[in-house]
Amino acid sequence: MAAITTAPGYHEEVDPNASYLENKKGLLSWLFTLDHKRIGVMYLLSVIIAFTLGGLFALLMRAELLTRGRTLMDADTYNKMFSLHGVIMVFLFLIPAIPASLGNILLPIQLGAKDVAFPRLNLLSYYIYVFGACFGIYSMIHGGVDTGWTFYTPYSTSDPAHGGVGSSSAVIPMTLAVLVLGFSSVLTGVNFIATIHKMRAPGLSWRRLSLFAWSLYATAIIQILATPVLAITFLLLTLERFLGIGIFDPRLGGDPVLYQHFFWFYSHPAVYIMIVPGMGIVSDLIATFSRREPFGYMAIAMSSIALALLGFLVWGHHLFVAGMSEYATMVFSALTFLVAIPSGVKVFNWIATLYKGSISLQSPMLWALSFIFLFTIGGLTGLFLGMLAVDVHLHDTYFVVAHFHYVMVGGTVMGFFGGLHYWWPKFTGRLYDEKWAVAGWFFVFVGFNVTFLVQFLLGSRGMPRRYYDYLPQYESLHQISTVGSWILGLGFLILAAMFVRSLFSGKPAPRNPWGSAAYEWLTPSPPPTFNFAKDPVFERGPYDYQVATDEELYDGFDDPLFPEKGVAEGEARA
Amino acid sequence: MMQPQASSWQLPPAMADTAAPMDGAFHFIFWFSVVFAVLVIAVTLLFIQKYRRQKSDQRSGKAEKGAPTPSRNKLEILWTVVPTLFIIVLFHVGFSAYIHNVTAAEGATEIRVFAKKWSWEFEYGGGARSPDLHLEVNKPYKLILSSEDVIHSFFIPEFRVKRDAVPGQYSFVAFTPTAVGEAHVFCAEYCGTNHSAMLAKVFVEEPAKHEEFLASFGRKPKLCGTPPVECTEEKWGESLFTEKACFTCHGTGGDGKLGGSPSPGPKLAGIFGHDQPLQDGSTVHVDENYVRESILKPNAKIVAGYANVQMPPFAGSFTDDQLEAVIAYIKSLK
Ligand code: HEC
Ligand SMILES: [Cu+2]
Ligand SMILES: [Cu+2]
Repeated sequence: MAAITTAPGYHEEVDPNASYLENKKGLLSWLFTLDHKRIGVMYLLSVIIAFTLGGLFALLMRAELLTRGRTLMDADTYNKMFSLHGVIMVFLFLIPAIPASLGNILLPIQLGAKDVAFPRLNLLSYYIYVFGACFGIYSMIHGGVDTGWTFYTPYSTSDPAHGGVGSSSAVIPMTLAVLVLGFSSVLTGVNFIATIHKMRAPGLSWRRLSLFAWSLYATAIIQILATPVLAITFLLLTLERFLGIGIFDPRLGGDPVLYQHFFWFYSHPAVYIMIVPGMGIVSDLIATFSRREPFGYMAIAMSSIALALLGFLVWGHHLFVAGMSEYATMVFSALTFLVAIPSGVKVFNWIATLYKGSISLQSPMLWALSFIFLFTIGGLTGLFLGMLAVDVHLHDTYFVVAHFHYVMVGGTVMGFFGGLHYWWPKFTGRLYDEKWAVAGWFFVFVGFNVTFLVQFLLGSRGMPRRYYDYLPQYESLHQISTVGSWILGLGFLILAAMFVRSLFSGKPAPRNPWGSAAYEWLTPSPPPTFNFAKDPVFERGPYDYQVATDEELYDGFDDPLFPEKGVAEGEARA
Repeated sequence: MMQPQASSWQLPPAMADTAAPMDGAFHFIFWFSVVFAVLVIAVTLLFIQKYRRQKSDQRSGKAEKGAPTPSRNKLEILWTVVPTLFIIVLFHVGFSAYIHNVTAAEGATEIRVFAKKWSWEFEYGGGARSPDLHLEVNKPYKLILSSEDVIHSFFIPEFRVKRDAVPGQYSFVAFTPTAVGEAHVFCAEYCGTNHSAMLAKVFVEEPAKHEEFLASFGRKPKLCGTPPVECTEEKWGESLFTEKACFTCHGTGGDGKLGGSPSPGPKLAGIFGHDQPLQDGSTVHVDENYVRESILKPNAKIVAGYANVQMPPFAGSFTDDQLEAVIAYIKSLK
């Protein structure tokens, strides 16, 4: 399979040996770039801004809950805080975070391709994302929404200005923002599927595809199949609000529970859009930092696909107390449990990979191991919620909040940061200070658990979610949780400082700082515009540690754990 | 008689027959998860400890690699099949407890529950509605839920019951209280500004006490207010104003303030006998009839500047006596 040349006019005036950061300079060369790495970096910057904003809202919320009654803000402000926290984290961070940023940067390199299949579409999808974000900001300035990220009807559709009983009119720009963001997500998905099918370098069979690439493939399937349902739902919502067509609002003859079916038909699969790429990263990290081919490679790859497909069949578990027939609840409960099987398969195979590996606990690996621990807890508490009788008690309490934070933060965010640490030297060409990285990880890990472990208890003791105020018996647990959020915040602050410092004064990264056999480490850091100086032909798989030569694993090796020694040794070797 | 008891440190005291099945299922999955999580974490830590890379190898320039990865299909099948068996058990435990809890007992006493922003009302038959849920211990109940505006959710942690109250639909919860004591009804589905204040008290009472409640319910009590004083018409109005959660929108004593900021609804103190500007530009003279209409059909005349907040209609929430009392109270506010 010959490498396909990308869009016409794209290949001219590119020096095949200069790094993608050096080929062409200036702001415009970034804004109009077709290079997947540059687009990925712009995405990365954007999702990190979104993450920071969403995180600030979370800190404010937790601060408000420090004491009973009013602590910082009134109830309406608090309600907007948690809604914006949810909307921003889900739609501007979690969904695009891994595929559009790290996926964009890494996927073509891992395939030995020059770029994604449709570079222009890639840039378009970025600008659609920005455009969607602008809608969101517009809505925030015009009062913001207080509906939660779920926009349940009739609260979200009946405008009080027209005799309705619900929320302010800023809801519409916000749902439109989400609708627009959906297009960006679909385009990325289409692009990745085409890229994986068509752009693999010679020698790169499906069985040699990296597990990260497999996970992006599974994610892309969900993005393409699920997102249109959300778009249709929000269009119906808008029609109802503007034209008074009764779809969801019972006053107009609609059915509010229908909205919940539509919404979760997208939003449950969306959970897999968020978590599956994180699982892909973890699979790659465990292989690299155990220097061992993943145990059950095919099982891990196929479990991603299984999750993608099963994810479409379980949306009803969000509606167990909303008014479904007993028969439907039974079916959805049973199907929900099925999701546990591929998730379990992944965890077991990761652990089996560690067995007889050569394990190094460098910072990316710490994030990967945290992923395994936290995701296990997130998954098991999901079983609580799948059990019908138990869900009745726990639904819409802090238990659910804790559960999905263990999955979304313990899973996706851990995966994202693991990947960021792992590939940072590759795409910035800089090393970072390992000691600060470990310190940051430590505070995040501890802070996260302090914040959310107690929320399981809050929930099982009956504390409902989305509450501005609470009864006295919940106060001490809320306080522990708030203190945890500060530790968590401190951890992220350390990481931010550490990465910024690396950009300005980090040591130049060698080609393969971790001694990994994966393909992206065969090319210089940062890679040239077309990823490899000459079109690669792959003779071994990305996890073939038995075949990879010492030279491939060690070229320019500089152990970030022991920088001084590493450099000295490197010099000695040279 | 059984007193409410904390069955575990994780769950609130169990006060109804619906608690035991859920608690059984909860503890089952809890211990299952603990064992599983401890195993996963322990094995991971063990492997990390045992197969930790020798730091020195990186300086020797020789790659220390993991062992070749064998293909073990039997193992893959094992850890697919065993969890499948587990989840069949989990599903069964959760489902049978659920079916037990959604089935109402024969001859259960029916109570109508009205949810609206941001209060609960309970009707025991006879028209009057109470802001508290009074139940007799060991008597089966069936609650019929409905909502007058957005979706709310009826949740009593001590009973382990939860059900959404959806506008335009009826839904049900059934249970038999088994222990005398107090609990709370929470609203578990987000419903706007005062979602977290949408609470009601639950009183599970001995039969004699419950009889007493039903007999006096809807009539002017002897004592009212906190601390209780002799109940005049206005005093009764004042306690109804609190009971019906009017203060959540109009401020305590109708002073138009809530936690330092203006309340969602207009100030009521001092409006009686004055002219009130309306949204449509006209004005209205505030007298008994207007106040009555404002409470029963608030949308008939909207106060200027309040088009964006909805006061829920209270038609049906008050007996005539109660309404008189509330009007007398508003009249008395200066
Ligand atoms: C959800 C918030 C809310 C609740 C609860 C509420 N109100 Fe109101 N109320 C309003 C709003 C908003 C207005 C002004 C708009 C209108 O006239 O409909 C209003 C108007 C009124 C008026 C007319 C005031 C005027 O200045 O003309 C009266 C009287 C009144 N309410 C009494 C009550 C009583 C009594 C209760 C409790 C039984 C109550 N309200 C509960 C929001 C509320
Ligand atoms: Cu779900
Ligand atoms: Cu409510």
